[in-house]
This record gives sequence, C-alpha cells and structure tokens, in this order.
Amino acid sequence: MPRPHLALLATLLAAYGIFALSDRIDPYHLDVLVGIGINIILAVSLNLVNGYTGQFSLGHAGFMSVGAYLSAAVTMFLGPKLLGESGGTALAQNSLFLAALVAGGLSAAFAGLLVGIPSLRLKGDYLAIVTLGFGEIIRVIIQNFEPLGGALGLNGIPACTNIFWVLAFAAVTVFTVTCLVHSTYGRGFLAVKDDEISAEAIGLDTTRYKIVAFVVGAFFAGIAGGLYGHFKQTISPGGFDFNRSIEIVVMVILGGMGNTIGVILAAILLTLLPEVLRPVAEYRMILYSFLLIVLMIARPQGLFNFHFWKPKS
Amino acid sequence: MTEFLQQLINGISLGAIFALIALGYTMVYGVLRFINFAHSDVFMVGAYVGYYIGQHVPEHTIWGGTLALVGSMAVCAILGIVMERLAYRPLRGAPTLNVLITAIGMSLLLQNLGQYFFGATPRPYPELFPVTNYQFGGLVISSSQLAVIGVTLGLLIVLRFIVLKTKIGTAMRAVSLNPKAASLVGININVVIAFTFGLGSALAAAGGVLYALNYPSIDPLMGTLPGLKAFVAAVLGGIGNIPGAALGGLLLGIVETFVNGSQWSTYKDAIAFAVLIIILLFRPAGLLGRFTVEKV
Repeated sequence: MPRPHLALLATLLAAYGIFALSDRIDPYHLDVLVGIGINIILAVSLNLVNGYTGQFSLGHAGFMSVGAYLSAAVTMFLGPKLLGESGGTALAQNSLFLAALVAGGLSAAFAGLLVGIPSLRLKGDYLAIVTLGFGEIIRVIIQNFEPLGGALGLNGIPACTNIFWVLAFAAVTVFTVTCLVHSTYGRGFLAVKDDEISAEAIGLDTTRYKIVAFVVGAFFAGIAGGLYGHFKQTISPGGFDFNRSIEIVVMVILGGMGNTIGVILAAILLTLLPEVLRPVAEYRMILYSFLLIVLMIARPQGLFNFHFWKPKS
Repeated sequence: MTEFLQQLINGISLGAIFALIALGYTMVYGVLRFINFAHSDVFMVGAYVGYYIGQHVPEHTIWGGTLALVGSMAVCAILGIVMERLAYRPLRGAPTLNVLITAIGMSLLLQNLGQYFFGATPRPYPELFPVTNYQFGGLVISSSQLAVIGVTLGLLIVLRFIVLKTKIGTAMRAVSLNPKAASLVGININVVIAFTFGLGSALAAAGGVLYALNYPSIDPLMGTLPGLKAFVAAVLGGIGNIPGAALGGLLLGIVETFVNGSQWSTYKDAIAFAVLIIILLFRPAGLLGRFTVEKV
C-alpha cells in the first residue's frame, strides 16, 4: 500500500468524523458498525498468525478473553480509585480507558508468549489442537476465578467503547500488520509460511518469527477483547469459547489467507450476514453453515482473493 | 482402595466411549490427513437415531438394545459416506485449511439441522438395555457400564480384524501409508476412503448410543465436548494410529474421572487439554506416533 501513514491518518480522521456525527446515526447501525470494527481487529490480527506466517491457531478467542477481563478489571476496580467519586473529566476517563485497553492487550500478548514458546515446536494439526486446548484452559481458569465473576461473568463494565475507539484501533491494527509484513524484517513471516526449511537455511530464526507473530496477534486480540467488554458491558467465559475462535478463523479463510483487504471485507460480510438473515432467524445458522461448505468447494482460495493461486503439488 | 477401584471402573467406561469416537478421528486422519470436525456431530446423530429406534423396540431387552445400537450404526455409516461424497471429495487435494473449514461447516450444519429437526430441548434417553447393578464386594457396576465396556471391546476386536486381516483393511493401511502408490497398485482410493468414513461413523454412532445410556439426556449440541476430548485422545495416542486412539481414550477417561472425584472437579474440562499439552511437549507425535524428521 502506498503511503500507509497517510492512510492511517485519514482513517483516524474519518473515525473521528463518524464519532462526531454519531448522534445522527441510527443506534442500531452504530452497534453493527462497532461489531464490524471489533471483528476486523480480530480477523486482521489472526491473519498475521494464520495467513502470513502460516501457523494455524485456533485459540484467538482465548487471548481475546484475557484482554477483555483484564481491561474490564482495570476500569472497574482501579478506575474509581484513580478518578475519585466524581468520575473525573472526560479526558481522564478516556485516558484510563486507553490505558485499560493497552493493559488488556499486553496481558494477552504475555499469554500469547506463554502459549507460543512451548507450542510452536509443533506443526500443522498438532499446533491447531494445542492452541485450541490453551484457549479452553484459559476459559476454564477464568470460570473458576471468583474475583472476576467466575462462570457468571462480569457485569456492569462501564460503557467506554464508542465508535471512535473501535474504528481507530481497527485502523491501527490494519496499519501495524500491513507495515510489519511489508517491512524488511516482516518478509521473514512470509518466508516461514512458504517454506520453513529454506527460511531456516538462509539464516532466519523461524521460531522467533512465529513467536513474534503470535504475540502481536494476541496483543490485538486482547485490545479487541477490551473493546468488546466495554461495549457489551457484560462478559462471561462462555462468550469466548471454541466457536468464537472458529468464527474468526472463518473470516480469515473466507477473506483469503494473507490478504488483509480480503480479510477486512470478509469480517464485514460475516458480521452483516446474521443481521441480514434476521428475518429467517430459524434457518439462519443452517444457511450459514451450508454457505460455508459451498464457498469452500466453489472458491477455495477465499471469497475476496482475486490472485490466482496454485495448489501445492 | 474400594473407592479407587470404583473410580477406575467409571473411568474405563468413560474412556471406552472416548476411544470409540477417537477411532473415527484417527482412521480418517490416517487415510486423508485431515481432522473431521463433523465427527462429533455424527456421534450426536447416532444417539438420536438410537433414541428413535428405541421408541419402537421394547425397553430393557438385550435384543431391543442391540437393534437400536446396530440400527444407529448403520444409519450413521451411510451418513458418513454421504458426507464424504458431497462435501469432502470435491476438496481432495485442496489445502488442509480449506478442508478443515468445510469440516467445521459440516459440523455446524449437522448441529443446526439437529436443532431444527430434533428440537433444541434435551430429551431423556430410554433405557434400552436391562438395568441392574452388580455388586462385587464394595464395587458397583451398572449394566450399562458393562454394556459400554463389552461393546467397545467387541468393536475393537472386529476393527482390528478388519484392518489387519481383510482385503479392504490392507487397502486402508496402504492408502494411509502412501495414497499415490496405493492407487498405482490398483487400489480404488475412493472406495477405501468411503469405507473408512463409514466405519468411523458407525463407531461414533455406537459411542453416541452408549454415551446416552450412561448420561441419560441428549441434545443436538451434546457432541461438542466429548468430540473435542475424543479428538484430544486421538492426538494423545498419536493421530493416525489405531491402538494409540484406544489407549489415549482410556487414559483420558480415567484421568478425567479421577479429577472429577477430587477437589479440582470444576477444572475437569481443562484437564484433557492440559494432559495433551504436557504429553505433546515430551512426545511431539503422541504416545504411539512415530516422529518423522522432515527431509528436503
């Protein structure tokens, strides 16, 4: 992409513009837009791991839950102490929220590091099942951790998320992933994906690349989790299960692995699809799963991947 | 000591069910190298078919129970073959991820069709086999536990016979070793793969009926957790390896039952994965799997 910094700046301005006009937008549309933004963050960050680096991870929802819980804990338990009874100014509130999101992202990144170091020795299906396992373990641990609400979840999280934060972080995620992959260093991710053995042979530290991809992906998943928690105002461990991870993986694959624009489009499409299918709610999931199978057979390279792609012989 | 033995028996009967499901995962992985996520929902369909047949045969009889078991195995074998033909065969040779997503789509489809046709509310399961509790000293073994262990043992012997002694079993092993070479020596790969799917799905159906007998209520989402755990069992034993799947299933069932009986019982759903991760760290190809070094 030419001039990514300008594109980032323009998107941030546009996000602020939408936020300034948000009073005039139908609240329902605004909610859908927030959902789209959160899914874009999740899908684009997973794309770094699955698409660009070729490491199949099924535990993205686990990292999302770490970020959601930690940032909610910061705003709920630390916030009143820092801001006092009055709640502080809007600026103070927003900076606290930003700090909470970053804290959530960092804790998710740390979880990603803990998961990544042992599991990235494994390959393919084994890696997939181990990341799935870690996701489930994170969920069960949270379920048994009473200070964070246990199985009932955490309620009454302040509604700090607004359309500006979501779109801004979506833009930052896309910017970071794009610049990372297109940098000299980042070519290593593609090399690891294309052929791990030759990447190793030319002197790349493949394990390091995998861990970096994992940690960066987990960081943004944590941010998305924080945004999600402060948007829904209630989170429970059940909301971050295996099916949530699958949803994100589907976005990446439908978009076309390692194709950021395609993944963004797929995230938008898959968030809108349930809304569009609302009138036929009874058949919604049947249609959705049926479409998934048909699409995989008809367009295996992803819905929005227009490059011709050759299967490995 | 009595309590230990009692838990061991409960663990073995749970592990036997995991083993039955795990065998299907492992056999399909052996011939096609992909994880059939829909397998856990074939397990669910198996339980429901058993339920509907159970309505038409007298309860508490051996022949009625056997009829439900065999009937549901037959229906699911056909389901497995149809699934392979329609969804997976067009994707033969596509990247693993695409096949995986198709399998996930298939799993969602079966779950949602199940909710549509069977209804989402849990249903009590009929007692197909005669119910008695046998006492040995302080130990209690229910007849349905005995049925689980007996049926699993029988099916394992039959499976071993099929895989090692019959022509189609030899063909299955050949395809799992090298599909291209197998087709060069005149093996019809499509027939072998369809047969594998049928066999695996029949075992899952048997697992479904037996599971439902021990945990007497069924719903369309019942397959997810046992399916995941059985899959873990298959990986634990070394995926693609048939004795490994049985071993992994038993091990997992026993560990889970003991954890369930301890103070850590709320963590029981995480234990399966913790065991998996620890074992894979030391044996990256599973307990009985062979670790192959990639060559250029």
